[in-house]
Amino acid sequence: MNDMRLTERNMTDQKIKMQARGVDVFYGDTQAIKTVDVDIQDKTVTAFIGPSGCGKSTFLRCLNRMNDTIDVCRVTGDIRLDEEDIYDPRVDPVQLRAKVGMVFQKPNPFPKSIYDNVAYGPRIHGLATNKAELDEIVEKSLRRAAIWDEAKDRLDQPGTGLSGGQQQRLCIARAVATNPEVLLMDEPCSALDPIATAQVEELIDELRERFSVVIVTHSMQQAARVSQKTAFFHLGELVEFGETSQIFTNPQDTRTESYITGRIG
Amino acid sequence: MVDTTQMGTPPRKTSLTHSSAQVARRKRKDVVLQGFGIAAILIAFSVLFILVASLVRTGYTAFVQTHVTLEVFVDPGEISEEGLPRGGFRDVLTAALLENLPEADPDEDARAVRNILSNGAQFDLRDRVVADPSLIGQTITLTAPVSDPFDQLNKGGVNRETPEDQRRVNNQEVAWFDTLAEAGLISTPFNIGLFTHADSRFPELAGLKGAIVGSFWALLTCFVISFPIGIGAAIYLEEFAPRNRMSDFIEVNINNLAAVPSVVFGLLALAVFLNWFGLPRSAPFVGGMTLALMTMPTIIIATRAALKAVPPSIREAALGVGASKQQVVFGHVLPLAMPGILTGTIIGLAQALGETAPLLLIGMNAFITSAASSPFDASTALPTQIFIWADSPERGFVSRTSAAILVLLGFLVTMNAIAIYLRNKFERRW
Ligand SMILES: Nc1ncnc2c1ncn2[C@@H]1O[C@H](COP(=O)(O)OP(=O)(O)OP(=O)(O)O)[C@@H](O)[C@H]1O
Ligand SMILES: [Mg+2]
Repeated sequence: MNDMRLTERNMTDQKIKMQARGVDVFYGDTQAIKTVDVDIQDKTVTAFIGPSGCGKSTFLRCLNRMNDTIDVCRVTGDIRLDEEDIYDPRVDPVQLRAKVGMVFQKPNPFPKSIYDNVAYGPRIHGLATNKAELDEIVEKSLRRAAIWDEAKDRLDQPGTGLSGGQQQRLCIARAVATNPEVLLMDEPCSALDPIATAQVEELIDELRERFSVVIVTHSMQQAARVSQKTAFFHLGELVEFGETSQIFTNPQDTRTESYITGRIG
Repeated sequence: MVDTTQMGTPPRKTSLTHSSAQVARRKRKDVVLQGFGIAAILIAFSVLFILVASLVRTGYTAFVQTHVTLEVFVDPGEISEEGLPRGGFRDVLTAALLENLPEADPDEDARAVRNILSNGAQFDLRDRVVADPSLIGQTITLTAPVSDPFDQLNKGGVNRETPEDQRRVNNQEVAWFDTLAEAGLISTPFNIGLFTHADSRFPELAGLKGAIVGSFWALLTCFVISFPIGIGAAIYLEEFAPRNRMSDFIEVNINNLAAVPSVVFGLLALAVFLNWFGLPRSAPFVGGMTLALMTMPTIIIATRAALKAVPPSIREAALGVGASKQQVVFGHVLPLAMPGILTGTIIGLAQALGETAPLLLIGMNAFITSAASSPFDASTALPTQIFIWADSPERGFVSRTSAAILVLLGFLVTMNAIAIYLRNKFERRW
């Protein structure tokens, strides 16, 4: 664990980007999330940690209403993006997901060209008025995802032909291309080798300058390296939420302490 | 937590080279199972082989047709320009035959000699003269099919050893034929007429054109109706319909529909399309609509399977960048499912191509001597043509029935090959 970085990291208090209050999630009759309150700050990396099956992904997917696509899933409570209730009946989840992008655990590029992968979001949201603008967005996104150099000569080749780590960075580029305000990442590095992981982590740190990032991870080291805020989930409850440095050095709850020292999970 | 190692029983000593009784038993089971599998495949293949071999054996003669080549003097005394298209074409042909048969009596044998030629020969000649009246008065070379008994004689379908009164051609006719053959006038070229003629009472003239055209119109109608409706229904059920009792009920009934015997669809078509809507009898359009009823469930089931096979990660990826449900389905899921859908559709259409019962019920087994020029004209279809020919007593129709079955099988094999090709070509690994 990089404790040097951990301690010297100072928290400028950013404004709150997303706010969850009293969120319950049910899959049919079983409750997966129990009354969770979380604030996601702008231009901050927030890490969700916790043992497997504790509801990290479930909660993350509430933030862009991906859970809407699961028939049995029911979400109650209040989640706001910039003061607006995202579960308001007037909200179109399609518009929400343009603002709250998502990167999945398994790289899932479209079986289309690299260019089309990145251009897809801007196209459907009408972010570019002509080809030149679109080209520019694609290049900028690929650069931001640190894959431009590898991809620039093969933009017309299928994205599925890239290596796993390249695919994941392509997916990040795709998510970044729609210019989201919040980027949700569900274990983005679990399919990557240490080098690709380091690249993605570096990338996350850069992305933080533009928007807020929420990352689910099973690696305590990763959480400590990339995040400023950490939320610890256990059995569907949010046990502890605070500064990453505080969670890792001075956890308030015994369950948190057990988990980060490797005794549960 | 792992405790200290358990030292209770000492490990059993086994050898890798000597198989224990249990392993030997397991091996025997493997061998027996494999044997059953191979036997099953062998049986299936030999049955298929016997089927095709017997069809080829009886059917191959229908792919060639005996012709006689004659120098025909288009006698102005018999055929005049003003009289066209009428004229003594048959007499002109008989005269040409008699020219080559010195032993035949021009008066007494004229009738018998005339029967060497197919009844269609005079129409071939007529068509040529009508197209070019300047031929009147000239001598032209005409190659025309011989009638069925002589065709059989040439192909060996008539045994010359059998007593004359039990043969379809008498000794005199055999002698005439041999004379023509010796003069080099008999030829046995590929039977183009099998594909360019429609049905006929005379086996040597009967062809499959009407049936192929009828099947084409019927399949086209079937495709145009069942493909969009089938895909639409499948997309709705798979992607948009809420999962509840109603959708379960619909799903079960689509599967039931796929299992309904085709003759039932035929009866339904007879009652609804013909008797109620008053659509024309024997029309490929009605046949196609009937076949569409049967193909639709196949397409729906194939499409749903193909849609289900698209990995959820692709849907999530598209939803994650803010695509709407409709954009996800039509922009991502459907294109990826298309090869599977096409494969299912082609297989469904291949089934429809071979379907006979419903077409019999709506009268597509009528005797029709010209190919349909639109889907609304009366027509036969390949399977019903086979049905008609199989019912005809003439020897020539026996081999034509087998030939028609071979043609139908050829179409089916081609369609299935296309389906397999598409499946392999677009197969994706995720
Ligand atoms: N689609 C679903 N239908 C029913 N139950 C589900 C569904 N998805 C998740 N669950 C349940 O909800 C609980 C939380 O799952 P979730 O995927 O959020 O855990 P997680 O913290 O992301 O775990 P992991 O670290 O293994 O990814 C689990 O008990 C899981 O069984
Ligand atoms: Mg998860």
